Amino acid sequence: MSAVKIFVPRDATALALGAEATARAIVDEAKKRGVEIELVRNGSRGMFWLEPLVEVATSNGRIAYGPVKAGDVAALFDADFLHGGTHALRIGAVEDQPWFKSQNRLCFARVGITDPLSVDDYVAHGGYAGLRNALPMAGADIVKAVTDSGLRGRGGAAFPTGIKWRTVLDAPNGASAVLGVQAEQKYIVCNADEGDSGTFSDRMLMEGDPLCLVEGMAIAGVAVGATQGYIYLRSEYPHAYRALNAAIANAYAAGWLGKNIRGSEVSFDLEVRLGAGAYICGEETSLLDSLEGKRGQVRFKPPLPAIKGLFGKPTVINNVISFASVPIILEKGAEFYRDYGVGRSRGTLPIQLAGNLKRTGLVEKAFGVTLRELLYDYGGGSLSGRPIRAVQVGGPLGAYMPESQFDTVLDYEAFAAVGAMLGHGGIVAFDDTVDMLEQARYAMEFCAAESCGKCTPCRIGSTRGVELIDRIRANIERDKNLATLDDLCNTMRFGSLCALGGLTPDPVVSALKHFAEDFV
Amino acid sequence: MKPAKINVVVDGAKRSVADMPVPMRDAVKRAIEANRTRPGALLPILHAVQDALGYVPPESLALIARELNLTRAEVHGVVTFYHHFRSAPPGRVVVQICRAEACQALGARALEAHAKKMLGIDFHETTGDGAITLEPVYCLGNCGCGPSLLIGDDELHARVTPAVFDELVKTARVAT
Repeated sequence: MSAVKIFVPRDATALALGAEATARAIVDEAKKRGVEIELVRNGSRGMFWLEPLVEVATSNGRIAYGPVKAGDVAALFDADFLHGGTHALRIGAVEDQPWFKSQNRLCFARVGITDPLSVDDYVAHGGYAGLRNALPMAGADIVKAVTDSGLRGRGGAAFPTGIKWRTVLDAPNGASAVLGVQAEQKYIVCNADEGDSGTFSDRMLMEGDPLCLVEGMAIAGVAVGATQGYIYLRSEYPHAYRALNAAIANAYAAGWLGKNIRGSEVSFDLEVRLGAGAYICGEETSLLDSLEGKRGQVRFKPPLPAIKGLFGKPTVINNVISFASVPIILEKGAEFYRDYGVGRSRGTLPIQLAGNLKRTGLVEKAFGVTLRELLYDYGGGSLSGRPIRAVQVGGPLGAYMPESQFDTVLDYEAFAAVGAMLGHGGIVAFDDTVDMLEQARYAMEFCAAESCGKCTPCRIGSTRGVELIDRIRANIERDKNLATLDDLCNTMRFGSLCALGGLTPDPVVSALKHFAEDFV
Repeated sequence: MKPAKINVVVDGAKRSVADMPVPMRDAVKRAIEANRTRPGALLPILHAVQDALGYVPPESLALIARELNLTRAEVHGVVTFYHHFRSAPPGRVVVQICRAEACQALGARALEAHAKKMLGIDFHETTGDGAITLEPVYCLGNCGCGPSLLIGDDELHARVTPAVFDELVKTARVAT
């Protein structure tokens, strides 16, 4: 009898819920019973309420069990879970779960399915088809495909990715590396400084399918003629750091990175660099300064990073999910991707359900789904069982949305129209025990802690904001302080150098507007 | 009007390379040698120093500055800009509690208050027995299963209630 394949995630959330102990228990129990197994440490399927989710490869496909604690393992063996036996924790096939089945998994197609570090497994599941197509293409044609796909920056700003790439391709003195012409160095930089609360899709992808990011960045390199890439990863993600480094080493060994990729004329080197716990380094110009070994302070724009980026050279800088969306565009064509979505928001968005929800996790859907569907159909309502009162979308700089806005569809423009921000697609739900004045205060406090200090509205305004809200709470000259707070928010919004100071007013003002009763 | 007297004392600013014990100096030199040729070498060097020593000793800044052809002020500026780098040795175990919104939605504020009270310290402080250093962190990417905390380099915990916290701290104290 050949070894039974068992999948236990190594995703950080699965580990936080005990996946390591579960994996150990499975190995020990199998040894004890003399059963031969092959343990695969996959990524997470994104159903956190079922983690640690154990899958067994049976003759009837993969059968899932969850949540499996180490203490459940012996009973699972007794129930013959190695052949899909019945047990209280048996879920069945993940693909048959309504929560999973109704998703559009393009970017996350392989996450939770493959061994994240195995190049063979990656290729067997469609990996590197995009880069294979891109290698013989002219840079301009690759850029055109990305432009035509309608892909917009998934980091939050939603700037069209193809236009960014075009600018770097056309940057002065640039020449395509494919032609072997001595060109000015250009860089591909991945912004993996996923610091927004409520977001974890970058982390899940880097842990669950790191080669997809590696491939996307290599395609960007081919497209604009860049031969060096950096992934700037936040230091709070130690598991992703290990996964990326291992995946990159394996990609080099298999000839998918380095000199003359797969025998072509194209070369691309890739390295992971660790941040050091500064939220502001998720802002692209701060990130570049940090990569250069400096304080992560925001740069004035122009010049754009596409013209003068890392070390003053033309640089493509994109979010993890932006790069990871590229392989499928090059594999299946721009139209395939563009056919998903609504309005000017094309393709899919890996949405992260977080905070006070029953079923948190990752839902990749075409744009156009409503916030309410995500909160109730996917999220299952609040974990506490109390009414959901406020939802913050798009991280700590996103507006707080009240129940009356839950029918907003996920679409960059629709969110902007109601004064909110879709951002990186993180959705944080709060029940009715939330104190919105405290949330507003926290927004200012966070800005004060994380401001890079370069511009005055952000550096000083955030501290003044905390003081004003404290005075409002203490009922000291309430009306006067409310008016000053409004004025301060205005100054920060229009006077700050970057989105940190510029958007911190959003959670504050939205809390004041939609939840005024908490400020009395 | 007389100008306000500015008197900024930076810890360790006067300490020099000669003040470093030999093993520390060797660790710093190794960190420099392993990374100096990399573009933008300062952050990788500081990471290597902290990984080896648990902090970035103020007396090491002059050496790092000299080797990278930077001023000591520049290196000091970088070390102090980033929350991750510490200028004094931490306790035997560093416990980081997530303060961000997704964890707040599940009780992180109460956990934070409990942790400070139970340990008798504030953020950035170390317990009297040198066992635990408490730090805030703004998101560990475990936003679906908060409140989250991180023990040491990579031991992530989900759904941490005050009772779970006490249990984790007890285990951590025994382990060191």
